Amino acid sequence: MSQYYLSHLKELEAEAVFVIREVVAQFENPALLFSGGKDSIVLAYLSRKAFYPAKIPFPLVHIDTGHNFPETMEYRDWLVNELGVRLVVGSVQESIDKGRVKEETGYNASRNALQTVTLLDTIEQHKFGAAMGGARRDEEKARAKERFFSHRDEFGQWDPKNQRPELWNLFNGRKHMGEHFRVFPISNWTEMDVWQYIYAENIPIPKLYFSHEREVIIRDGAILSTSPYLKLKPDEVPMKKIVRFRTCGDMPITGAVESDADTLEKIIAEVASSRKTERGTRADDKRSETAMEDRKKSGYF
Amino acid sequence: MSTYLDNQLLRFTTAGSVDDGKSTLIGRLLYDSKSIFEDQLEAVEASSAKKGFDYVDLSLLTDGLKSEREQGITIDVAYRYFATPKRKFIIADTPGHIQYTRNMVTGASTANLALILIDARKGLVEQTFRHSYIASLLKIPHIIVCVNKMDLVSYDEAVYDKIVQEYKAFSSKLEVSDIQFVPISALAGDNVVHRSENTPWYQGATLMHMLETVHIESDYNHIDSRFPVQYVIRPQSKEYHDFRGYAGRVAGGIFRPGDDIVVLPSGFNSKIKTIEFGGKPLEEAFAPMSVTMTLADEIDISRGDIIAKPNNHPQSEQDLDLMLCWMNQKPVNLNTKFYVRHTTREVRGVLKEIQYKLDINSLTRLENVDHLAMNDIARVKIRTAQPLFFDSYRKNRITGSLILVDEGTNETVAAGMIV
Repeated sequence: MSQYYLSHLKELEAEAVFVIREVVAQFENPALLFSGGKDSIVLAYLSRKAFYPAKIPFPLVHIDTGHNFPETMEYRDWLVNELGVRLVVGSVQESIDKGRVKEETGYNASRNALQTVTLLDTIEQHKFGAAMGGARRDEEKARAKERFFSHRDEFGQWDPKNQRPELWNLFNGRKHMGEHFRVFPISNWTEMDVWQYIYAENIPIPKLYFSHEREVIIRDGAILSTSPYLKLKPDEVPMKKIVRFRTCGDMPITGAVESDADTLEKIIAEVASSRKTERGTRADDKRSETAMEDRKKSGYF
Repeated sequence: MSTYLDNQLLRFTTAGSVDDGKSTLIGRLLYDSKSIFEDQLEAVEASSAKKGFDYVDLSLLTDGLKSEREQGITIDVAYRYFATPKRKFIIADTPGHIQYTRNMVTGASTANLALILIDARKGLVEQTFRHSYIASLLKIPHIIVCVNKMDLVSYDEAVYDKIVQEYKAFSSKLEVSDIQFVPISALAGDNVVHRSENTPWYQGATLMHMLETVHIESDYNHIDSRFPVQYVIRPQSKEYHDFRGYAGRVAGGIFRPGDDIVVLPSGFNSKIKTIEFGGKPLEEAFAPMSVTMTLADEIDISRGDIIAKPNNHPQSEQDLDLMLCWMNQKPVNLNTKFYVRHTTREVRGVLKEIQYKLDINSLTRLENVDHLAMNDIARVKIRTAQPLFFDSYRKNRITGSLILVDEGTNETVAAGMIV
């Protein structure tokens, strides 16, 4: 066997780094959308490698819903300092205060949908020509059809029927004034690839991903962390459970899984044997069969 | 753990209509390799029941967007993922209707391998020729022909043999060196992942085994050294004040520190000082690695330049012969101007001549053509404002490919393979 081949992780890394460099070469004012989740963390570390020994030549943009896990915020501030990168925060609370969006009410209220407005406002305000995100095609069926370079019109909308063909590694980032691109360098990674890469590269991740004791309630089969943002129904009784999170969204909508995986090795073993998708714990996807497609069209992550 | 951190990646494309059982086959590969999750399966079971089926329709697993489900068609290329202990797979799943040639070309552009499905009851049909031709045009190195629905022809060896012979006769006209055949039933699972007891006359491997073992190490060009410069890294820091790194992805050949190189178009010669990635020095770099190079001499290099070896230059021309696939609703006439994107370089170009258009069902040439419409494939000549540094597509799929971008709409309107 020839020695001139790459392992799947090395090939995925090379592809993602090529895309990240392409973004910086093609766009005047790019940014990286940082959620605090493992996918955007991997993206930040790939960006560091891509431009080393120079600093990452674009800011991290965090759309702060105000409903974050405290662990996410702590990690975000640590990472920004560690990488020496600029942080731009778009605040959903500010969008609410300005009357740009209206807060949902009721037990299942969430700020998930409100983020889209804050995100688009932030992109417009800072004139970002390209916003990179950690979305993967294996996550969800609407994302399976997403391009690496995804064109957005002046209203930030995605038109899935009219996407630019994307061939070889030739990425077309040409755009008119007011339009922007979403770029997904780790499109071809799966959840398992992300975990293997975190393990292989020894990338620090928020404590939430590891097994810990937490006060939770169970609602519609989902294990939700208690927090000031989650309104309890009269019959819901908080209890302690040993859990971890497979994704890092907003506190009121991110379901935990019962798990004693407290190391990366154990997490990888758990992911390998898991019979449910990671987004299976996300209440935002369960709203309808086409929840993701509908949100993406209007400019969601 | 170390073993699966070292898996290889195989990208393959499938093309076909619903009738071929393509979606069922993909569903079968995902299901039998345990890449389907409980919640996905539950959703498919529920949809099958809602439609009144008395079986679980695995093809629903590859169902895409709302607008597609409403029309019962696949609009676009969808990407799917599965892994076995031996390899990770990326499927570019494309619809097979004639109007979707552009999607097949897109899916094929990054594939190592094409799966061609033939319905055992129908034998070779127009679509078989079209898919195979596109695989050959896009220089996909490997083809696996799946003779599907063997259960519906009573697993008859003679039916299978006849199709294999017919395909071999046809494919001798194509430029694909590695073609394998396998009799399967995607619905029943015969010879997909598990060997079938229904085909004792078949001595070959299962489809999955072929996918896991096909030799892909030679799919990249490791002979002709090509490094298109993507971006110049210049840290604005005291520590790395004089650092000038050339970032890019190796497109061919092998580069090592100390190698003599030439930079094009300037023609300056130098030596490679270091090759590194993420701060770690590397002893060599080959396709498709992303690396950063530093050179022994300070020479002016920018994005779009290409680093090669002094004794092995790429071709340099302003007049190019291409096989072109037109991908836009709006037809194109002679003398239309475009942006041409090739490696990391962008130049302006003009369509000078259409030599012939290809009827991809009969593989016959239509001459005296003055325009191209969506999904047309043609042999053309273009002229560029500055020279491109390229290899023939046959020699290198990276330095031999380009796209055309419309100057007004900015859309990607065509894919070109340099002859």
